[in-house]
Amino acid sequence: MASSPDSPDTVARSYPRTLDCVHCGLCLPTCPTYQVLGVEADSPRGRIYLMRALAEGRVEDPQAIRPFLDRCLDCRACETACPSGVRYGEILETTRAALERQQPTPGPKGFLVRTMLWHVVARQGRLRFAFAMMRAAEVLGLRWLAAKLRLIPRHMAEIAPPVPTARERRPLPTGLHKPPPGVTPRGRRVALFTGCIMEPMFGRVNRATLDVLLQNGFEVHVPKAQGCCGALLVHAGQPERARQLAAANVAAFAGDEIVVNNSAGCGCALKEYGHLLGTPEGEAFGRKCRDVTELLAAEGLTATPAERPVRAVYDDPCHLCHGQGVRSQPRELLRQVPGLQLVEAERAEDCCGSAGIYNLLQPDVAQQIGQRKVDRLQATGAEVVVTANPGCMLQIDSHLRRSGHPAPTLHVIELLRPPSPPT
Amino acid sequence: MPSPGAIAPLHARLAAALGQQRLLVSPDALLAWECDGFTVHKSRPGAVVLAETTEHVQTALRILNDAKVPFVPRGAGTCLSGGPTAGADAVVIDCARMRRVLHVSTEDLYAVVQPGVVNLDLTTAVTCHGLHYAPDPSSQSVCTIGGNLAENSGGPHCFKYGMTRDHILGALVVLPDGSLARLGSPAGSRAPQGLDVAGLFCGSEGTFGIATEITVRLSRNAQEVRTLLAAFADMGAACRSVGDILAAGLVPAALEILDQATIRAVEASVYRAGYPEDAAAVLLVELDGAREVVAEDALEVREMFARNGALRIEEAADAAERKRLWKGRKGAFGAMGRINTDLYVLDGVVPRTRLEQALAGIAAIGEKHGMLITNVFHAGDGNLHPNISFDGRDAEQTRRTVAAGHEILQLCVDLGGSISGEHGIGSEKLDHVPMMFDAADLDVMARVRAVFDPDGRCNPGKVLPNRSACAEVAKWPQMIAKVLDVEGPR
Repeated sequence: MASSPDSPDTVARSYPRTLDCVHCGLCLPTCPTYQVLGVEADSPRGRIYLMRALAEGRVEDPQAIRPFLDRCLDCRACETACPSGVRYGEILETTRAALERQQPTPGPKGFLVRTMLWHVVARQGRLRFAFAMMRAAEVLGLRWLAAKLRLIPRHMAEIAPPVPTARERRPLPTGLHKPPPGVTPRGRRVALFTGCIMEPMFGRVNRATLDVLLQNGFEVHVPKAQGCCGALLVHAGQPERARQLAAANVAAFAGDEIVVNNSAGCGCALKEYGHLLGTPEGEAFGRKCRDVTELLAAEGLTATPAERPVRAVYDDPCHLCHGQGVRSQPRELLRQVPGLQLVEAERAEDCCGSAGIYNLLQPDVAQQIGQRKVDRLQATGAEVVVTANPGCMLQIDSHLRRSGHPAPTLHVIELLRPPSPPT
Repeated sequence: MPSPGAIAPLHARLAAALGQQRLLVSPDALLAWECDGFTVHKSRPGAVVLAETTEHVQTALRILNDAKVPFVPRGAGTCLSGGPTAGADAVVIDCARMRRVLHVSTEDLYAVVQPGVVNLDLTTAVTCHGLHYAPDPSSQSVCTIGGNLAENSGGPHCFKYGMTRDHILGALVVLPDGSLARLGSPAGSRAPQGLDVAGLFCGSEGTFGIATEITVRLSRNAQEVRTLLAAFADMGAACRSVGDILAAGLVPAALEILDQATIRAVEASVYRAGYPEDAAAVLLVELDGAREVVAEDALEVREMFARNGALRIEEAADAAERKRLWKGRKGAFGAMGRINTDLYVLDGVVPRTRLEQALAGIAAIGEKHGMLITNVFHAGDGNLHPNISFDGRDAEQTRRTVAAGHEILQLCVDLGGSISGEHGIGSEKLDHVPMMFDAADLDVMARVRAVFDPDGRCNPGKVLPNRSACAEVAKWPQMIAKVLDVEGPR
């Protein structure tokens, strides 16, 4: 199989990991694509088998097995289920990179994964500009027109919620933030990773994160030099570019001991910089990273959250529960919200179908997976859906809206804000 | 029998009749169907049909019947004897998409399901009525009712509640020529209804046809369930405890033993159950029934544990703890992947009183061949699962693995047992069948099979040495014979 000799992303690298699988099949029922499609080659066991065969040179046309690998959400539910400890994510991401290098994804999907991810999403300035343009177009009614003229794919038009206002999209002030007067400082400083899509889509979540950390006595450093984590590029088979972003982030947070984030997908990628970069610096950086719920549950809330008399359901983001093993912490925190009644949905750890930009690349499968998810969430009778990742928030929100029974989709951190002081 | 090339001309016909999206023919994609849980035998099928309805199965089988092409039914591919592995000249009829529960009778206690319904999903679907489906293979979260029917699958709780056969009331079956036959009825085995053909079908390992609607018995949940665990410093004490429990007339729902190597692999995995890693053996005993009776039985079991020198006795305090104790047992096979790249899960039966002797013999065989053999087994039934960890890429290791397996099964037969308790013969044990049956016995079986499948096209090369020699799978016995350096198949 063709590969540039200097690239570490070869199927030979992930081959030893494929041998950990003894074909027991316990991963099958946990895989969202196997649940929906019922096809062995669309199951983790089947995909591992195909990737192993590829590495052994038994696959004649590597592109023939690609649709099965492309349909994988990389949600890692199979890793949680695997008794043999197969590190599926590593195998998949390395194999995808090798296949993408051999034959880049063609057409609009290729444009999306190569041009948009690298030249727009990964550059905060351009991303801000793009959102400003989209907002302007929306205000002028052009989005409606574009959808009518089929200039944007129907599924994309359905998924995308209205672009938030400029006020909502404003970036967090960079630099060092100190707890406000009246809050007892902990004498602990943490750095905040702000992510790419969280800021323009859910600026309120970043502001809530900063606010909750400050109200709980943390000093918060928001480095100006930080950027996109690179997770979407890794998933899309472009680790080379992701490595550039990773190296920049390692440098941007060099002086910080703890790096907090509020996006499960980013958090998982940040913790895996060791594997991505293959350096001790990457490993050390990974060890510094915490999901904000992980940090707050471990350190304890000192500021009581404001009262929220609602019935809420927590939905586990894959890259938080399967990717980082963070399950109890968000729930513990939500239970500390006065008045909030926390309920559980069936199969809360199943992927919602968002999976980065999966819902744009595989709209049909994502639609089926998303529908199952909201059916289970709605069965709980919850008034609010709470999760911890922007992609999940978008996907669940869009499916709830389409179901005709919209419910607010919030981030855990938004419910942890203490009451605003009386004005 | 047609050559592998005979399938290609059928692609267009199958695709036209079933829809392109229900047919897979890319040789590279078909690699994923190369084997089941028994990875020693691998063979790529000629095509895969993804059936969703009885009509799809009928349509496919009619087309294959016209061209006299063989086919192989498949569920979730968790079989451990090569049952759903197909030769290049055969088409896999994959039933994993047929996963609808068609009807549940909570009063007459039965359910009608499609063959791809996952065993545990059926129990989950009826649990709100206080019911469950009793047979519970270790792979129950994955394996399908269709596969269970084909293999007459067992499981830990089959000690008290019987194998799959005891829970099958009827089936709608597509025969190899595409015609339909209705076997049994929801009224079950009590109704006078002629020959028990449903019973005959159960355990035929996919060689009689494809069941597309299966009527199974549902069981009421017991009033009380108690799960006890005892750790022992030697395997003999664990086995003797089992003997004592049964000699006292107790009938536990399950009696399971894991050895030390298995315990350690499980404890290193996500299925860690808190088994004591210093123990040579762990015995799991589950008691169920009326509250007072179970309470008395539990006391008695604890006494027997103590009398046999148990290092530690533990009891699940609630459902969550019970789940934890069972989790380790159910994840045990997969956890063996931590030891080596491949796992050969053997399945043999010995009279319960010969367990210690059998385990000693197995250890000696492992030593002789230099292979690591671990044991996890249904002690109440004397159903052993010696697991041989090996590297399938190493021909020499594979040879020793197969040779050790052969000797273990011979040992089981010599001790008065059998070559399979619940995994079936498949392609794995074709070579071992003559250990138990002579030519006349095999001839009776072959004649019964021919009634359902006169052309020998339905899962050829499985269970019985096949009449047609050109199917790739039929070469396996020779392959095994070759690596074993013994005589070819009879």
